[in-house]
Amino acid sequence: MTAALAFDIGLVILIVSMGLWMLMVRDNVVAVIVFVIYGLLMAIAWVRLSAVDVALTEAAIGSGITGMLVLNAAARLRSGEIRWPRPSRALSIAAAAFCAMISAGLAAVVLLPPHPPPSLAPLALEHLDQTGLGNPVAGVLFAYRALDTLLEKVVVLLALIGVWSLAPDRLWGGAPALDAFMPTNDLLVFFARVLPPFGIVFAVYMTWTGASNPGGAFQGGTVLAVMWLLVMMAGVARAPPIGDARLRWLLVAGPALFLVIGFAGFFLAGAFLAYPPDHAKALIVVVEVALAVSIGATLALLAAGPPERMQKQ
Amino acid sequence: MNTATLFGLCSAALVGLGLFGIIVDPQPLRKILAFNLLGCGVFLLFGVVARRGAEAGLQADPVPQALVITGIVVAFAATAVAVALVLRLFSMSEETELGAEATSKMEAEGDHS
Repeated sequence: MTAALAFDIGLVILIVSMGLWMLMVRDNVVAVIVFVIYGLLMAIAWVRLSAVDVALTEAAIGSGITGMLVLNAAARLRSGEIRWPRPSRALSIAAAAFCAMISAGLAAVVLLPPHPPPSLAPLALEHLDQTGLGNPVAGVLFAYRALDTLLEKVVVLLALIGVWSLAPDRLWGGAPALDAFMPTNDLLVFFARVLPPFGIVFAVYMTWTGASNPGGAFQGGTVLAVMWLLVMMAGVARAPPIGDARLRWLLVAGPALFLVIGFAGFFLAGAFLAYPPDHAKALIVVVEVALAVSIGATLALLAAGPPERMQKQ
Repeated sequence: MNTATLFGLCSAALVGLGLFGIIVDPQPLRKILAFNLLGCGVFLLFGVVARRGAEAGLQADPVPQALVITGIVVAFAATAVAVALVLRLFSMSEETELGAEATSKMEAEGDHS
């Protein structure tokens, strides 16, 4: 047994036991913290599977920002904890048997892979030169499957509209109040003042390098989102009211630019979301920069939740 | 057994665990966490497919990886909406338990008989 395999086995055992622990533990806050650790371990698993782009996304979104969102919710729900009636033993056993069957089925699929394994890697590489990108994952996201990426941005925006519409009528047009539930904390304020400049530089780098190395608009945008959340939570800068026209432009700027360039593809390259070969990389980088900013704003506001206070007039 | 198979079995276990949590845990917030556990397992399965599709000098097939990146962002958006719904429900009724009405109804009927 090689050292790498031993490491993988240990990692798998840790991941599965974190999953189990998360389901078993009574305290919601502990469960969320276990979930964050689980997400970070998952990011290591992605590195072991040679998918560094996904590892970055998982660490930033799957673990980091989701963890913050659910932790905030767990803290708020704590004040009124109710004794939940658990399902009957018979139902639990039936559910366990059913889930074990699903797991066994998936395991069988994993253990009996098709030969040769299906792969689109040669196709993805064949035309990568024309896009001028060096990162094949970015190539898939912004050239071959650009429509998926565009629609995903729309889905995220729709989710934000969904979250906002949960505000009570009297608070419509108000601002999310992330800092309202935080006790004053000097250390938090200190970090909220010191970290954002570094975070922004890092986000710019991630977005820029995504064209040729692991990274990209998603990961860069998430770093921006986290920095903004930190500032809002510490109360250094309050969240903007959701009716703010500038904010709304910021949210739609990325998808709108993507759409404009997509339609321009009809005239420049003969198809929707196609890029003229000579300027493909330049256009993709422009779209990525605009998307990173919009993703950052959208993810941060999704995590900030619906408006909870009216701005003072 | 290689790395891909090992993580494939891990993903199968995670899907089962997540599904079990969604079915059995009565608290909405824990259901959301279990949903994310399940989602991570499904994404990991994509990673295994990507790793096995390593060809043409690449360490992994980029197409499933791109799908997973999109998936993670959409899963976060869905989680944010779910959490907002639970918090709103909680602030309205101070009771987020699913099926509370059904249980109390059953108890009431039990009293009659």
